[in-house]
Amino acid sequence: MTLAIRCKQLVKTYPGKPPVEAVRGLDLDVNIGECFGLLGPNGAGKTSTLEIIEGLLDPTAGEVEVLGMTWKRDAVAIRQRLGISLQETRLSDKLTVREVITLFRSFYRNGLSPDEAMAQVSLQEKAHSYVVKLSGGQKQRLALATALVGDPDLLFLDEPTTGLDPQSRRQLWDVIRSLRERGRTVVLTTHYMDEAERLCDRVAVVDHGKCIALGTPRELIARLGGEHLVEFQVDGELPSAVREACEKLPEVQTLRQESEGYLLTVADPARVLAPLIDLLRENAVKLERLTTRTATLEDVFVSLTGRHLRDGQ
Amino acid sequence: MCLFRSQAAICETASNAELGIRNAEFRVRGILTEHKQRSQCHQNVSLAYIPKSAFRIPHDSRFFTHNRRETMSPLWQLTLARLREFFREPAALLWVYGFPLVLAITLGMAFRDRPVEQIRVDIRNDGPGGVAAAERLSALLATDERFAVTVSDQAAVSYRLRVARTDLVVIPAASETVANEFLLDVNRTECVLARAAVESLTLRQGSPVPPPEIRTVEEPGGRYIDFLLPGLLGINLMAGGLFGVGFLTVDMRVRNLLKRYVATPMKRSDFLLSLMLSRLIFTISEVVLLLGFAYLFFEIRVRGDFLAFLTVLVVGGISFCGLGLLIASRTRTIEAASGFVNLAMLPMYILSGVFFSADRFPDFAQPFIQSLPLTALNNALRAIMNDGAGWAAIVNPLAILLVWGIGCFTLALKIFRWK
Repeated sequence: MTLAIRCKQLVKTYPGKPPVEAVRGLDLDVNIGECFGLLGPNGAGKTSTLEIIEGLLDPTAGEVEVLGMTWKRDAVAIRQRLGISLQETRLSDKLTVREVITLFRSFYRNGLSPDEAMAQVSLQEKAHSYVVKLSGGQKQRLALATALVGDPDLLFLDEPTTGLDPQSRRQLWDVIRSLRERGRTVVLTTHYMDEAERLCDRVAVVDHGKCIALGTPRELIARLGGEHLVEFQVDGELPSAVREACEKLPEVQTLRQESEGYLLTVADPARVLAPLIDLLRENAVKLERLTTRTATLEDVFVSLTGRHLRDGQ
Repeated sequence: MCLFRSQAAICETASNAELGIRNAEFRVRGILTEHKQRSQCHQNVSLAYIPKSAFRIPHDSRFFTHNRRETMSPLWQLTLARLREFFREPAALLWVYGFPLVLAITLGMAFRDRPVEQIRVDIRNDGPGGVAAAERLSALLATDERFAVTVSDQAAVSYRLRVARTDLVVIPAASETVANEFLLDVNRTECVLARAAVESLTLRQGSPVPPPEIRTVEEPGGRYIDFLLPGLLGINLMAGGLFGVGFLTVDMRVRNLLKRYVATPMKRSDFLLSLMLSRLIFTISEVVLLLGFAYLFFEIRVRGDFLAFLTVLVVGGISFCGLGLLIASRTRTIEAASGFVNLAMLPMYILSGVFFSADRFPDFAQPFIQSLPLTALNNALRAIMNDGAGWAAIVNPLAILLVWGIGCFTLALKIFRWK
């Protein structure tokens, strides 16, 4: 089976003093028909990677294959089959929704009619409104419509839901899901882990220009060690002896100190709660708060990329 | 409602040929409802309707289930987008169409030609000759239409001379053998001229030789407005190319729109051609407007070869498009674009003979000034419009414009940053 995307040892270095190594040897395979999420903190190299794959940026080194073709030889053929929504595009203010979609449709040999594209993102009512009059969510949906109108086999969405209200986000999710159901490949970047968890078949976590984790959201969560988390807060700090004892409790995989207390990853929270409470009581540590929840992709993300704010971006 | 009527008229002419009158009625009705719906959508942008109705290819689904023309030509769609954006921007309309007209009107009026020669002469009716002599002289002067004669008493004529309401006061003598008395201010040219005119008329009286036959020379293109108008056309083409291509392209780059277009299978040549094509359409409308206005108000017309005139306009326009594209080729911010555009425009505004002749600058600057594209364009336009020149006179300017145009385009395309 041909892959939708295959990247081998992708490198992108921006000239400067010192040179910025945005992508440093990234490998990535995306299967046809899957929804693939590219996650990572700001400045991790997501957008650079995406733009290299989209043929908008030339890699410093490495190979890219898109739908079994390369940009050097088959740029025109690839373009006909891609739909792209860039991170931030301000479309012409004084064109109507319909006019913008019609314009983009004209670039593609085959595709949807402008009306179909509008219907897919539920913008029919705004067909004759100027772009400048649209709300943020409507603009994002219009951007998506311009990516959909060529009926692409492979769709790239760079932070499609950033800055949107919950309703608009869910509306976009529905559009993306329906695309996947029709067998199209979708690659998206997002900062919302819940979004990636819900939408993506597989995700890759990118940091410092490299892919540091790859798999289905479930796999990544499972790789954390336990799929459940116990968070607790005590009066002051845990004495180191107690802390060590905590780590040795049955079922506990890891213990991490967070700004608001401690976080245990456990396989089965029911079997750890009683011993934990006993341990704290025996050592006269006052428990202030205790919650349990299942692990999310966000926990994976934070544990992989750390909690510290990045320099630069 | 006149909007609707023009829309209806457009549809009707189109439809009569295609669909027959019956269908045309339906279609007009359909578009009327659509028009109403749209008006409700955004009442505050009603201006948008003029171009929309004028340029829209009908896509009413009741008659065209799938309109291929509408979707298939990217060049046309890109051009259409440019036209729509432009005509929906009232400020742009004002600058492009309003500004040159206002400039032409103001400057044309300020520097308009002197009226027909008029000589104001007062005749005193209380001098030695009395009323009878005054009337005799008045009748004599009336034979020449240049004279505007007032007959009055001493107090009145002295006052009128003092406040320059008359150029000459004549005090008729008692008899025809005695000399008349002239009262005038020798420092005022019109007084001296009036004196000479009255004197020659009185001397010629009774002479067998008739007065000279006067024929005024109608020198075409001699007025200031004749000089100004080609210059206005020139700066319109320049501003159109630099702003309409240069500034606009940078704006698209800043908006990420250029990158977005490149991310589609759009042909880059289509994009560039659409910029040219839309400029061409704007230029034609600007030129027609300015020339029409100039013809109506100042009776200015193109005296030379009209085809040569059009060629100069098109080559000039394309040449400035090239300059605009060069400015836009690597510029990443609006501020920088604005700086570059002004850097290119301001010197030419002053040096290239828009408002006054470029010949006034010193000789050592002439080779530079004469090789500027706007100087070449203005020279060629003036040669054709005012001097009635043909192809021969515009070979040089046309060559300069072509060199600029080809040079700018080649360089711009080489270094243009699409992504």
